[in-house]
Amino acid sequence: MGDQTFSFEKNVETALGDTQLRANFEYAMSTLYQKRKAVFADEAETERLREVGNAVRQRALSKLPELLEKLEKKCIENGIQVHWAETTDEANRIILKIMDDHRATRMVKGKSMVSEEMHLNKFLEEHGKEVMETDLGEYIIQLAGETPSHIIVPAVHKNKDQIAKLFHEKIPGAPYTEKVEELNALARKTLREKFQHADIGLSGVNMAVAETGTLCLVENEGNGRMCTTVPPVHVAVMGLEKVVEKLSDVPPVLRLLTGSATGQIITTYFNMITTPRKPGEKDGPEEVHLVILDNGRSAILKDPELRQTLQCIRCGTCLNHCPVYTRIGGHAYGFVYPGPIGKILTPQMEGLEKTGGIISASSLCNACEEVCPVKIPIPELIRRLRNESYDSKGSVPGHGYKWNLPEVLVWKAWALVNRYPRLNELAMKVGGLFGDRFPKIGPLKQWTRVRTTPRLARHSLHELVKTEGVDHE
Amino acid sequence: MDKRYPDKPDTVYFFGTCLVDAVYPEAGMAAIRLLQREGVRVVFPQNQSCCGQPAYNSGFPDEARAVARQQLDTFTRDYPIVVPSGSCAGMMKRHYPMLFARDRDLSRIRAFSNRIFELTEFLVHVLKVKLEDRGDPIQVTWHSSCHAAREMGVTEDSKNLVRQLKNVTLTELEKERECCGFGGTFAVKQPAISAAMVTDKIADIRGTGAGRVLSGDCGCLMNITGAMERGKVGIQGQHIAQFLWERTNG
Ligand code: SF4
Repeated sequence: MGDQTFSFEKNVETALGDTQLRANFEYAMSTLYQKRKAVFADEAETERLREVGNAVRQRALSKLPELLEKLEKKCIENGIQVHWAETTDEANRIILKIMDDHRATRMVKGKSMVSEEMHLNKFLEEHGKEVMETDLGEYIIQLAGETPSHIIVPAVHKNKDQIAKLFHEKIPGAPYTEKVEELNALARKTLREKFQHADIGLSGVNMAVAETGTLCLVENEGNGRMCTTVPPVHVAVMGLEKVVEKLSDVPPVLRLLTGSATGQIITTYFNMITTPRKPGEKDGPEEVHLVILDNGRSAILKDPELRQTLQCIRCGTCLNHCPVYTRIGGHAYGFVYPGPIGKILTPQMEGLEKTGGIISASSLCNACEEVCPVKIPIPELIRRLRNESYDSKGSVPGHGYKWNLPEVLVWKAWALVNRYPRLNELAMKVGGLFGDRFPKIGPLKQWTRVRTTPRLARHSLHELVKTEGVDHE
Repeated sequence: MDKRYPDKPDTVYFFGTCLVDAVYPEAGMAAIRLLQREGVRVVFPQNQSCCGQPAYNSGFPDEARAVARQQLDTFTRDYPIVVPSGSCAGMMKRHYPMLFARDRDLSRIRAFSNRIFELTEFLVHVLKVKLEDRGDPIQVTWHSSCHAAREMGVTEDSKNLVRQLKNVTLTELEKERECCGFGGTFAVKQPAISAAMVTDKIADIRGTGAGRVLSGDCGCLMNITGAMERGKVGIQGQHIAQFLWERTNG
């Protein structure tokens, strides 16, 4: 995705016209919203915790090169093999090579957004490998041939009935059922078989601890633990920003992550992986690999303002609170990361010109900033990226692509009118004569799609204060 | 949100905002009257214009700065500056220091930002107004702009003023903290999403059974009432200043 056929506006119209989709999102989002609210009921305490989360992430980013080196050193000491990938293609090839080295053909996968970013499944399948998603949500969308519509709940755009139909159609021999337990059982049966025969397991990483070389993995279904322990080889993939400095940084971030993501105090499973199976141990993989992906992140790191994008712990709560995301869903964004975090991350990774209207799809309502557990000033960064779109001297890929004389002139004229009181007065007088009889073109045409034309007052407040005898200097 | 309020001053500046100036001047006049009634002198400098937010949000910070500077150069004396909009107040209070972060005038700008107050918080905390309702019984609902809620934190102040009126029943929206879809140029750059948002907001407003929706922000009002008018929804929208003035001055 993200090719030339991508039109955000078209996607939006389609999504908004899909009443089932809108109902599914509205239901799921308000549930997640309520759950988060319940665990973070104590506002002062939540604020304190968010400050800690922000500090942990900022500290990690401020010494990222050093921490990554330390992480690599510790991992190697612990017996984990570390690979560096600058691009997603490099990362894919590293994983393919690991599979080939082990004559592995069947991979089971836990949930990993970085692997989505790499389009790993497609790549491996093109090279003759079988890839099986084992996270229930990911499994559902893999069956449907779709991509995640949410970074935490990837199949959230589907309701139970749609899943029932999908299972019946796509799982050989599956009877039609709408009972959640029976649907779960169907998925479990298929997946268990896959686990037994898999020769490699892949997982993401929620946090990597530099101090100890520990890979942390948060999940609820246990499939992540199976992926990292049952097959003989485990490959973990992470974006290079996911490192934290110390083991003591883990608890606050974990608390923020689970509370923000699913409204849980703690998830059912929390895995801390430090070594492959040691001699004498009965389980665990014989080999553990860690693939650390850059894909534009180190460029983002260089800008002190935009760097804050990398504080993200991928909790997804900004999506759940976004009035735009909750109405159009994740697929409309056209890229891997949707919602507010996608709005700031995708243009920096893919280039502003490729992501088009995404950056304008925000009313800057600040709902995301208010809940972000690590306090990323998302609206500020959206403004910055909007500016970059017009700024030929910018630094983000695709900067200045939107520069066009008419729009620039409009803003220059606007600035003039608002700097010179005489001009302003004149503009108001002329406007007042028009009232609401302006031609419905340009912005006004868009405005009046669902609204009446604003009526300019005959006398502005500037004039009224004079006639009403208010002190005016 | 750290908030400090001054003692009641003799004189205040009034920053009308460009939207009140052009579309809702009666709301501006009502706000001035409310302030004057508490015994403060209100000064309305004629060289004022816009806070600069439209350009700032659209990716034109240089133009925003130029217009912001016009306000800095206009409101020069040490009076509190009262603003009948949470959004414009948020721009001047929270964003000016960021907009001018690299400006050698930053300390002057900070001092300016510290003097900014949204109208209803000023009425409640500085003037400590006591309102006496003289109107007939009416049911209203309250729409808070996102910036009044999240940048200025004044939603409760506004609602508490309405609650002082004994014949007014305030029924709150189910999703009071959700954006109405205005967002300045957002409404015209993403018209479809904005339309979906305002449609949902109106459904929420109708659900309250109120005959009038009040707000402290004219951007939201223009959006919501424009869409209600177009959809032939018989609910009126009104700026809180005008509502308070009408109910108490009779
Ligand atoms: S930006 Fe903040 S709220 Fe959004 S996913 Fe990242 S950490 Fe969560």
